[in-house]
Amino acid sequence: MADLATTTPGGFLLILAILLPVTGIILCFIVGGRHVDRIALGLTPFGLALAGAIAFRVGQSGKPVFYAIGGLPPPLGIALRADGISAVMLVAAAVILTAAAFYAREKFATLDGVRESRGAISFWIMLQAIWAALNIIFVGADLFNLYVALELLTFAAVPLVCMDGRPETLAAALRYLLFALFGSISYLLGVALLYGACGTLDISLLALRVRPTPAVWTAASLMTGGLLAKTALFPLHLWLPPAHANAPAAASAVLSGLVVKGSFFLTLRLWFFVLPALSTEQVAAVLGGLGSAAIIVGGVLALRQARLKLLIAYSTVSQIGYLFLIFPLAAGAHAWSTIGWSAGLMQVLAHAFAKAALFLAAGVLAETVGHDQIVKFGGAARALPLTFLTITLAGLSLTGLPPSGGFSAKWLMLQASIASGQWIWSLPALGGGLLAAGYMYRILTPALSDGKISIERPPKRYQEVIAFVLTLIALALGFVPQSFFDFIEIGRPLAETGLS
Amino acid sequence: MTTAALAGLVGAALVGFGLYGLIVQPHPLRKLLAFNLIGSGVFLVFGIVARRGAAAGFPFDPVPQAMVITGIVVAFAASAVAVALIWRLYSETGHVTLDPDAWTEPSRERES
Amino acid sequence: MSVLPFIDIGLSILVVTVAASTIFMQELFAAVVSYVAYGLLLAFVWIRLYAPDVALTEAAIGSGVTGVLLITAGKRLVPLSRTTTEAEPTLTLRVFAGTFAALVACALGAAILVLPDEPPSLAPEAAVAASGAGAGLGNPITAVLISYRSFDTMLEKIVLILAVVAVWSIGTDGAWGNAPAQLRQARPHPEMVFLAQVLVPIGTLIGIHIFWVGADAPGGAFQGGALLAAMWMMAMMAHLTEPPRIDVRWLRLALVAGPAVFLIVGLAGVFMAGSFFAYPPSLAKPIILFIETFMVLSIAAALPMLVAGPPNERPVP
Repeated sequence: MADLATTTPGGFLLILAILLPVTGIILCFIVGGRHVDRIALGLTPFGLALAGAIAFRVGQSGKPVFYAIGGLPPPLGIALRADGISAVMLVAAAVILTAAAFYAREKFATLDGVRESRGAISFWIMLQAIWAALNIIFVGADLFNLYVALELLTFAAVPLVCMDGRPETLAAALRYLLFALFGSISYLLGVALLYGACGTLDISLLALRVRPTPAVWTAASLMTGGLLAKTALFPLHLWLPPAHANAPAAASAVLSGLVVKGSFFLTLRLWFFVLPALSTEQVAAVLGGLGSAAIIVGGVLALRQARLKLLIAYSTVSQIGYLFLIFPLAAGAHAWSTIGWSAGLMQVLAHAFAKAALFLAAGVLAETVGHDQIVKFGGAARALPLTFLTITLAGLSLTGLPPSGGFSAKWLMLQASIASGQWIWSLPALGGGLLAAGYMYRILTPALSDGKISIERPPKRYQEVIAFVLTLIALALGFVPQSFFDFIEIGRPLAETGLS
Repeated sequence: MTTAALAGLVGAALVGFGLYGLIVQPHPLRKLLAFNLIGSGVFLVFGIVARRGAAAGFPFDPVPQAMVITGIVVAFAASAVAVALIWRLYSETGHVTLDPDAWTEPSRERES
Repeated sequence: MSVLPFIDIGLSILVVTVAASTIFMQELFAAVVSYVAYGLLLAFVWIRLYAPDVALTEAAIGSGVTGVLLITAGKRLVPLSRTTTEAEPTLTLRVFAGTFAALVACALGAAILVLPDEPPSLAPEAAVAASGAGAGLGNPITAVLISYRSFDTMLEKIVLILAVVAVWSIGTDGAWGNAPAQLRQARPHPEMVFLAQVLVPIGTLIGIHIFWVGADAPGGAFQGGALLAAMWMMAMMAHLTEPPRIDVRWLRLALVAGPAVFLIVGLAGVFMAGSFFAYPPSLAKPIILFIETFMVLSIAAALPMLVAGPPNERPVP
């Protein structure tokens, strides 16, 4: 591969995209006080611009953008590499984090009369840390660098869960922390074995050196196990619902929409970019099977929830299952692998935007009405029309009804599963859609019924609009042109083996 | 058996003991202790990889050793955050359990 | 007949035994003390693996500061061992966990034993780069940490800052701004005060020395910083100095100095040497020492703050 060791033009954008939120963290920490929200919000346009510039570069050159940090190429140095999927995830993360930041700007502004408040400085530093960590995950090309990024992500996400200090959130945060730490250490052990077997941790170099030896297989299982714990794939999903449901609304949106996608993204990198030399059929089947179980279990549990935010959190557990169907559906170098790849990425994006919108809308609802018990939502749709329109449209995408990104994703999944002869994967895909329709129906029926709901305080219009815009993006993903699917193919290695 | 191989097996044993402790111990501080044990076992695996990489006049491969140093610091930071959470949970409620439903009403209300 | 293999075997048995006792011991305090002892024994294993830098770090941070953290936590939570609401683990859980752990350990051991006979290594590349990007440093690990993989190290400093903010954010709203209280006993014993008065100056000098020689010999910023951190913690515990309020400007600057200087030098690298985080060859060694100085400051500030915990409800008397 000719692009292994040379920094491509525009490569510096990759490291700037990481250093920008890092600078924000340092400034917030030193300056502190009342300015933290202004610093964080002020940097969001630049973050968006950098993500867009990277995407533009990748699209323009049609090849991955590469940067060797310090001018020292791997294996001794660390490299950054942005391909098609990196670019779309960078943009998606930038948009959702900006939306969450503006949504939360009043709630986490510094309290009046105080020079510095805990909630404000913690929230804005954590948010920027999540942004930095995700950017590293999307463009990092060194497995140990990615480990440090995973730890940064964990340390930033856990305090957001227990931001309000209630005992149940503290317990949820502790459980999240223990699962996440177990995941990291398992990942790190795999990295150690992989280095011992191959002598490098650079993803591109590893792809050339990896051989199907027991050491490599052990490393792969350890790393995957750790990443699955962090992604909350069934059966390691127990930490997610209480953590995501009890966090503040903006935090839940970021946690469900983006943070779990980070470790999933690394699982993709591992199996499609580092380990294609291994024969991955059984592994793909296992991951697909766990994903299917997650779809069903998450959907069924979501149907039984009484609280809206817990229902949405279990919906996340279910939708994460869809993500893992990419492994059987995009494996190898077949014609249908491209369809499976597009399906998986579309599912990641559609879920990210729809789930973020749903959590933000649920946040508006909970603030306005004072609770999130679904049975007591009678007549809420009339009181909060824009919010319920947002919830309905987000549910449209989650269920997989046209026109929406979710429909595109499921349609592509069905196409891939039939074209590859693996029609079995179409069953959970369809079943999950039915379950999603079921729990969306559960939310909307009381809300649309006659009834008078008591409003504790009026909704904030800008928050409703932000949630609505995110859901519109989820719908707009259903209309992306073919060039989008070509874009996410940039930089994807095709397996050496594989039937043509 | 070389020192490196022996140390590698010690590392594997440590990971095993730590894993047992992590699963079985109910007290979160003991889970944390077990997690630290696993961590030191993982670092030992890095260490034997470094020792086996002796070449070019160096008695060790410096890259894995640098990763271990980074990892030790990160593991300590993780322990500190966990301890702070455990302490806050205890001071709020007087006991520590990882079950988030212990203080809320049952999540399923009877539907009317 | 060399005695080293017997030392190795004896050391390995000892390490595994003490580790097992950490897990199986009934009382929490005994288990933590056992862990500290285990860490010190592990340092010897690291020496046998020709890793003195790691041995120093393991002894200082892995078992030293972590031990302080867990002992102070354990003491505060002593009534806790009787009030946890989790049920005692059942026999089935023990059997399942034991089998699972044994399986993982065996698989791991087997994987380690079948690592390639000609181990791949980056030592040759490090040797080649030593005079170039390695700035002629005698300690190749320092070269890896501050030059070849400097991005990792800078990120790790940010992770430390995040951990400090996380620990602070776990306090209550009303407590924000106060000093943490956890390192202060009501009355330190007079022996403790004497020990602190004698040890702190000596330890500070040794810490600075370990940091300074780390450029060419075993040692470096992390090890020296950990020692300085221990000295500050000792001074706070002996009431020789007060834990600072968490919103004072000097504490914030000290904590963030390491990553901030690293970031600024890294950004400047693009003008001075053509790439972010690159160093101009003629100035490489002074720049590296400059960065390390501030890293030591940050580590010495961050580790005690992590042990000290969240800010206290009432302003500390």
